[in-house]
Amino acid sequence: MRWGLGRERYRVAPGVYAVGTPNDRSPVLISANYKMSFDILRRSLDGLDAWILAIDTKGINVWCAAGKGTFSTREIVHRVKSCALERTVSHRTLIVPQLGAPGVAAQQVKHDCGFSVVYGPVRAMDLKAFLAADMHATAHMRQVTFSTLDRLVLTPVELTSMLKPALWATLALFIGGGIGPDLFSFATAWNRGTVALGSLLSGIIAGAVAVPVLLPWIPGRAFAFKGALFGLLVSLLMLTGIGTSSSLPENLALLLALPAVSSYCAMNFTGSTTFTSPSGVEKEMRYAIPGQLAALLLAGACWIGAAF
Amino acid sequence: MSKLRYLENVTTLKLNRDVCVGCGMCLNVCPHAVFVLVRNKAVINDLNRCMECGACAVNCPVAALSVKAGVGCASAIIYGWLTGKEPSCDCGGGSDCC
Repeated sequence: MRWGLGRERYRVAPGVYAVGTPNDRSPVLISANYKMSFDILRRSLDGLDAWILAIDTKGINVWCAAGKGTFSTREIVHRVKSCALERTVSHRTLIVPQLGAPGVAAQQVKHDCGFSVVYGPVRAMDLKAFLAADMHATAHMRQVTFSTLDRLVLTPVELTSMLKPALWATLALFIGGGIGPDLFSFATAWNRGTVALGSLLSGIIAGAVAVPVLLPWIPGRAFAFKGALFGLLVSLLMLTGIGTSSSLPENLALLLALPAVSSYCAMNFTGSTTFTSPSGVEKEMRYAIPGQLAALLLAGACWIGAAF
Repeated sequence: MSKLRYLENVTTLKLNRDVCVGCGMCLNVCPHAVFVLVRNKAVINDLNRCMECGACAVNCPVAALSVKAGVGCASAIIYGWLTGKEPSCDCGGGSDCC
């Protein structure tokens, strides 16, 4: 699951679910129909009596679905009406996860179906305390965190998303590796291609795994910068490891290409964080992408040139 | 978390204090404690922590808040640049990529 494979099948049917033995006064919690979120919610309510209303978010988690408009005012209102929730409970309150708020206008839900929205805590684990405190969330419950573990579990999906571009890059590296004085040689293509592939993979791992995990400790604010900086460190370490076996243009190619790849991968991690703004991402991309492209082209020129 | 901060002075978040009725909804929905209530009106306390999720503006009953919310992944922004459309994750209906 964490690799982002087969997520399409990972959903629950929208509708009303019972936790424990709820009655008409039990709280109603709104959930996305992403099975991972749904199961965490159900588990965190263990021992309580409550209703869960799963709305159709196409199997996407609450926060992403709210950003994309599937976890929405319209879908909540639609689901409340089609499930005849007013006949299941006597109260008129819905507990909506706080991270669903970007897609839900509380005042509109009230207007359209008569149910008031109370925003629950960010994390399901705080739900029992929230309910016990008469649906009051502390400041801590309202804030999103981004721990090292949070970042670590996100790295597999980063790697998966790099798979397709990496395959194309590999193909290009083996073709480029064969170009030389005798036009094209399969032997050199293999030799130089595998070395280049090693650098590519190091760059991807640096940017898509190491930078996310080490995020707070790498200097700088822009992710592209952090990625480039860490990539430079990795390429310098690799060069000291290789020693003198490679030529100067080849070393230069490594010093340019690996940080560029790492920078690109790190920049893509902005989409998974809990604190980056679209305006900020666009700002850093505006100077990072030309830089990454220039570094890659220059590296390619150095590398092919080194064969002659 | 307090250590993780992103670029300064980029957010599009704006608050019109004259319109604010002090209901506190923005404090409830903001995941980064950007707002505080001062003398029964919302105040932006830490602007640079805003990640432009848009929750505050959508839930403000008097439209005192505005923010250009959107998808924050790099691939979505590249898609937006190339097609001239709004940034969108190219992930179809079923997958989760943002």
